[in-house]
Amino acid sequence: MFSDYSMSELTAIFAMQGFAGLILFSVFVLMALGLAIIFGQMGVINMAHGEFMILGAYVTYLMSNLFADYMPALFSIYFFIAMIFAFIASGALGMLVEWALIRHLYKRPLDTLLATWGLSLILQQLYRTVFGAREVGVTIPDWMMGSLPLTDLIEVPINGIFVMVLAVGISVGVYVMLYRSGWGKQVRAINNNRQMADAVGINTAWTDRMTFAIGCGVAGVAGSAFTMIGSTGPTAGQLYIVDTFLVVVFGGAGSLLGTIASAFSISQAQSIMEFFISGSMAKVLTLLTVVGILMLRPQGLFSLKLRK
Amino acid sequence: MSDSKKSTGINNLSRRAVLAGGAALSASLFAPKMLRAQDYPTAEINTTGLAVTDDTVTCGILHSVTGTMAISETGSVQAEKLAIEQINAQGGILGRKIEYIQEDGASDWPTFAEKARKLLVQDKVASVMGCWTSASRKAVLPVFEQNNGFLYYPTFYEGLEESPNVIYTGQEATQQIIAGLNWVNQTKGAKSFYLLGSDYIWPRTSNKIARKHIENFMEGCEVVGEEYYPLGHTQFNSVINKIRLRKPDVIYAIVVGGSNVAFYKQLKAAGIDPAEESPIVLTISVTEDEIRGIGGENIDGAYACMKYFQSLENENNQEFVSAFKEMWGEDIVIGDVTQAAYLGPWLWKAAVEKAGSFDVDKVREASPGIELQTAPEGYVKVHENHHLWSKTRVGRAKTDGQYDVVYETADLVEPDPFPEGYQ
Repeated sequence: MFSDYSMSELTAIFAMQGFAGLILFSVFVLMALGLAIIFGQMGVINMAHGEFMILGAYVTYLMSNLFADYMPALFSIYFFIAMIFAFIASGALGMLVEWALIRHLYKRPLDTLLATWGLSLILQQLYRTVFGAREVGVTIPDWMMGSLPLTDLIEVPINGIFVMVLAVGISVGVYVMLYRSGWGKQVRAINNNRQMADAVGINTAWTDRMTFAIGCGVAGVAGSAFTMIGSTGPTAGQLYIVDTFLVVVFGGAGSLLGTIASAFSISQAQSIMEFFISGSMAKVLTLLTVVGILMLRPQGLFSLKLRK
Repeated sequence: MSDSKKSTGINNLSRRAVLAGGAALSASLFAPKMLRAQDYPTAEINTTGLAVTDDTVTCGILHSVTGTMAISETGSVQAEKLAIEQINAQGGILGRKIEYIQEDGASDWPTFAEKARKLLVQDKVASVMGCWTSASRKAVLPVFEQNNGFLYYPTFYEGLEESPNVIYTGQEATQQIIAGLNWVNQTKGAKSFYLLGSDYIWPRTSNKIARKHIENFMEGCEVVGEEYYPLGHTQFNSVINKIRLRKPDVIYAIVVGGSNVAFYKQLKAAGIDPAEESPIVLTISVTEDEIRGIGGENIDGAYACMKYFQSLENENNQEFVSAFKEMWGEDIVIGDVTQAAYLGPWLWKAAVEKAGSFDVDKVREASPGIELQTAPEGYVKVHENHHLWSKTRVGRAKTDGQYDVVYETADLVEPDPFPEGYQ
């Protein structure tokens, strides 16, 4: 396979492939962070996670049209504003959903699966009715398209770098909130023992609502960022849901570090295998490996030690 | 009875039409031929109990308007409704107005079969315009064959099928593939090809045909890679690096759905700009409809090979496009399959009037040889094997989401659903 190539060409290809793996890693982290909060901390199996992401994507679409029509001068930076609005929109919807649906189901975690799956169908049809069945095209500012030539042979996609930076930023943000803030302490306390947390005076209802909203908001930001690399349509959220759960479950629910480690190992395995064997087979082997490891370690890579 | 009817059919009709003087009534592009219902007693033209009355005939429309496939199938529904409206404006079929019953396949193949059965058994529709994916067609096929229904199927597809109960108005794989490969080889001097597709039957069969053609019929050409990704795959950076390594002259892409958008966005972001033509990007799965999701700026300069583009410059097409926009809005775009769906009702009308009957057996018998001079894509003709003779064209994508037609075959390409030497 490699005999016809010069050393410098090979180095370039492997460097670019390394970047491809890192970009995939960042994409997985972004996808999974929102769910890691909701599923990991609250135990809610949120099947509508993809639809919260797509809400963020649609908000970005609306903002791109708005800026193109009314504020063309600011078009090159609209994306940042769109991400903020995506966070607010998905977060607000999350708050509403928690109030109307999820809070009644905390004692029946498996039922959240069914309820949020229904919610995802409702949201998909809602998007279809509002935005049309066809995918919409989100115009990305010129500076975010194209690639950055590092050397003559090595080129790195700018949107990939953008996704990487965003993934790091949001991970740090989530880490600080969960492990370095009072709110995070409350969330983790509720996760450990809801009744005891209630008894010591934590406002569990409000904390739950905020946690769910922030998880959804992070999903919205991820969806907004993915307009650069993927499609925006009513059912596009379904494209992400399997990988998202895979990353969170494999990492061990409840552990932020686990989620990141799992995103890293799955993305590297997948991108390396995709390079050497065909795409479908790479996916099959990745899934088989994950299933195998989960059989040996059902709790995932990292798990919290709890006194039950 | 049916023989005498058939032999007197067409000639008498046009004379009658002139006498009736109703010809100028319709502003449609199709030369109107007013037939009077009373000349065709219902008992004679409908001997099998179909939903035909003295002044109406009912057909079915069976597409997904909800679920994943709604993205693609919406255009087909719109085209079929336009064709039905235009036919009715000209007096309908055998003097009968077409009424339709629309069912939603909901992107779910068993639902398609169930709704097809409902249309045929309960509603007794005289024909059905419907289906989009091969999976949905395969699901309804036994229903149509058992109940002797008649389906007009609009999508370009992999071939390897020829049912007495289906007319295929899109191209089968060899029609779409071979002309495009020859063109890129002869005019662009392309020698090496990287085949890429979503992982299901249509891309796999199509790439198989492409590979056979490249290796056996194109001198000095080779396939340097062939790969499939699961439907819905959204990360293409690895395969893009692989393509870089192999340096093909042509990336031959049959990626569909949401993957399509991801693939072209990431290709562009990785610095492979289709407009620079190194490598050339050639696809058979991106119509004007898909470009809307991908964004014209991301696919500008790529080539697509199919039979119809919205930008075709002929009178039929210009009238079709403006009628379509008038009915469905100025912003709408029309892709290959939408045009093929538009042909369905017209082909049915022509076959029924040639047969002088709505009976499915007679319509089937009358179908081969039916010609449409007025199709937006230009002249088409129904082959013995129920597919259409049609021209194949290559278009170059522009930033505004339309294609420039850069090549078209000199003659109609014969449909060959079971190509020898390609299996």
